[in-house]
Amino acid sequence: MSAATPQTPAGKSPEGAPEHLTHAAGASVTMPPRGPEEQPRGPVIRPGRPVDQSEAAKRFMAAPQHLAMHDQRLWDLRQKRDRQMHGIEEWEELRQLASDIKMHTLTHLDHYLAEFERNALANGVKVHWARDAGEHNAIVVDIMRARGAKRLIKSKSMLTEECGFREYAAEHGVEVIETDLGERIQQLDDEAPSHVVVPSVHKLRTDVAAVFARTLGTDPDNADAGYLAEQQRETTRPLILSADAGMTGCNFAVAETGSVVVCTNEGNADLSANTTGLHIVSMGIEKLIPKLENLAVFVRLLSRSALGSPITQYTSHFRGPRKGGEMHIVLVDNGRTDRLGMEQFWTSLKCIRCGACMNTCPVFRRSGGLSYGATYTGPIGLIIDPTFNRHKYSTLPFASTMNGSCTNVCPVKINIHEQIAGWRKVLSENHEIPAFKKNMMKAAGAILSSPRLYRASLPLADSALRHLPRFIIYNRMNTWTRGREMPHTPRETFHQWYKRERGKDGKKGKGSGPSPKVEGDAS
Amino acid sequence: MRVGLFVPCYVDAFHPEVGQATLELLERFGLDVDYPFDQTCCGQPMTNTGCHEESRATEELFVKNFSEYDYIVAPSGSCVNQVRRNFTALEQTEEVTAVRAKTFELVEFLHDVLKVDAFPWAEFPHKVALHNNCNALRGLNIASMSELRNERYSKPKDLLGKVRGLEFVDIARPDECCGFGGTFSVFEEGISSRMGQDKARDQARSGAEYVTSSDSSCLMHQEGCALRLQLGQKYIHISQILNGSRA
Repeated sequence: MSAATPQTPAGKSPEGAPEHLTHAAGASVTMPPRGPEEQPRGPVIRPGRPVDQSEAAKRFMAAPQHLAMHDQRLWDLRQKRDRQMHGIEEWEELRQLASDIKMHTLTHLDHYLAEFERNALANGVKVHWARDAGEHNAIVVDIMRARGAKRLIKSKSMLTEECGFREYAAEHGVEVIETDLGERIQQLDDEAPSHVVVPSVHKLRTDVAAVFARTLGTDPDNADAGYLAEQQRETTRPLILSADAGMTGCNFAVAETGSVVVCTNEGNADLSANTTGLHIVSMGIEKLIPKLENLAVFVRLLSRSALGSPITQYTSHFRGPRKGGEMHIVLVDNGRTDRLGMEQFWTSLKCIRCGACMNTCPVFRRSGGLSYGATYTGPIGLIIDPTFNRHKYSTLPFASTMNGSCTNVCPVKINIHEQIAGWRKVLSENHEIPAFKKNMMKAAGAILSSPRLYRASLPLADSALRHLPRFIIYNRMNTWTRGREMPHTPRETFHQWYKRERGKDGKKGKGSGPSPKVEGDAS
Repeated sequence: MRVGLFVPCYVDAFHPEVGQATLELLERFGLDVDYPFDQTCCGQPMTNTGCHEESRATEELFVKNFSEYDYIVAPSGSCVNQVRRNFTALEQTEEVTAVRAKTFELVEFLHDVLKVDAFPWAEFPHKVALHNNCNALRGLNIASMSELRNERYSKPKDLLGKVRGLEFVDIARPDECCGFGGTFSVFEEGISSRMGQDKARDQARSGAEYVTSSDSSCLMHQEGCALRLQLGQKYIHISQILNGSRA
């Protein structure tokens, strides 16, 4: 047993933290403040190797200021969500309705995609179809090149993150300016968003001050939110005003009208769409809803689930190009049709990217979104990411206690925790779990299916092996004691007690046990 | 009514007093309770890790041990949830589906089947925080959940409310998982311990003298965390309180 053995994580330890403080026991110790705490980064991505989420999570937990802030911020969002829920009597019916609408749309996706395209074309929109990320990126850059456009302002879009669009654009001479504040911070820091709704929620104000000082030349010692926001606005606005093209994502696409709907709190979708004459929309094919009237159901659920506010500040409908301008919609598959064919996992396509599952997830709140090393983080990420790359994301479905809170907060009723369990089975069957784990489970299965072997494996107080049963700790080291004390090993097991007290047939002491029945017995 | 008592492996090994309290409590109601000698485990460690095939033989053994009883009762929501909802590695014969349907967690058995209205022998003059295991809560629905908008209820609180002198205290995040999570507690020990420590601190702040739950697995983990942090609250299984334990 190794309670006192320092465990060295594979990645770098946070600056200034002694090695022994990087494991869980150390994380509970508040380190003395020594200037601003450095922001923990995501996992080191090694080609061909699964993401080491727990290593990155441990480094996040070893940064006490970040951990406390992150946990509390997101828990506050969860509580605000609960308050909004209590204000709506028909909340559970709304969730069911939203789920039903999405299920219906997804099961008739071909029909609604065709209807959407027809109506969008009639509205004067140019419609493009992208099979994968590469096609999406090329289509967007080609549209820009054909018009001599070089600078693109864009609002937040998880799809463009999924497609690695910013990198591709940079390589092809297109400058991308994010207009969502959080996303802009992440762009300036050259870091992926950690959360689908609040992309820089893992950063302290001091982290933002450091990023802005480095990239915008602001005062590194001024972490005042007003100052930072103003500096960002002053430096970004000229870039926005001189842009040649604008891009938005899409929260909902209405088949019957051919219009797209974007929900923001900063109005930056309108800014991105309307500043130039060229508006490009990137949308995943699962964003469709059949009718405009369906939208009300989702608008009522989205922001309440996401941020605990009744509605986003802006719900912007884009139906066609501005006078003299152009509007393009790029419909992206990128694995979605494959996912639609996965019997156990296709309902993950119902997701409206509200992030409620992240806010409620106790693992996410303590490990930070970057730790997942993927575009989609938190519980929904655990079930979507492996559809993109089963090997790379094979560890993610294990970053969960499967407590089920994510499923309960999901506004479209995705059975997230059951799909996490489903992925574990798929990964295990496809040799995507570590061999030691698989062997351990084989051994456990052999021991636990044999009463004789099971009895022999149990620890006894008078044995030298005062540790957990072998089927639990059959491992190179017992990890239990790093952050916890061992349970007390009793003098005898229940089994032994029963045999002694009641005999093997159970008749020995029956009815004359240590607790005689008393009057008023309910029987 | 013949009842088969299932004593989960970690209760057998680490908390035999919970098995004893459950047995005695059930016998107080005049039930004919058997403890099948060849029982081992519900198979959860394997299923939880995705290794369903490795769990099959253990599940078969469970069915073999318990098929003859009218009810199967276990002091663990997590194991009962495994039997009722996740016993899928087996061929679903009539025998298997019957065993799955008649397996009950102790609290729901007392509350829904026996419909117990009094525990005259029980007195627990302490401040108590209740912890609901996530499988018992969100799998077996032994209480209403904070995430859902529906009628508030709590089967364990209904039962504990009948215990003289017991005073409930509320913690700040009652439905938050404590981080045990079965094999998660070993494979992801960093997050697991941190979650458990946060839970233990929340309980300490509430002024609880005791924390109780219908699951010993969560309690074992939380107790380990509380001891590490040198917090003062004690941990006791609900069967012990309902069976008349006073401390």
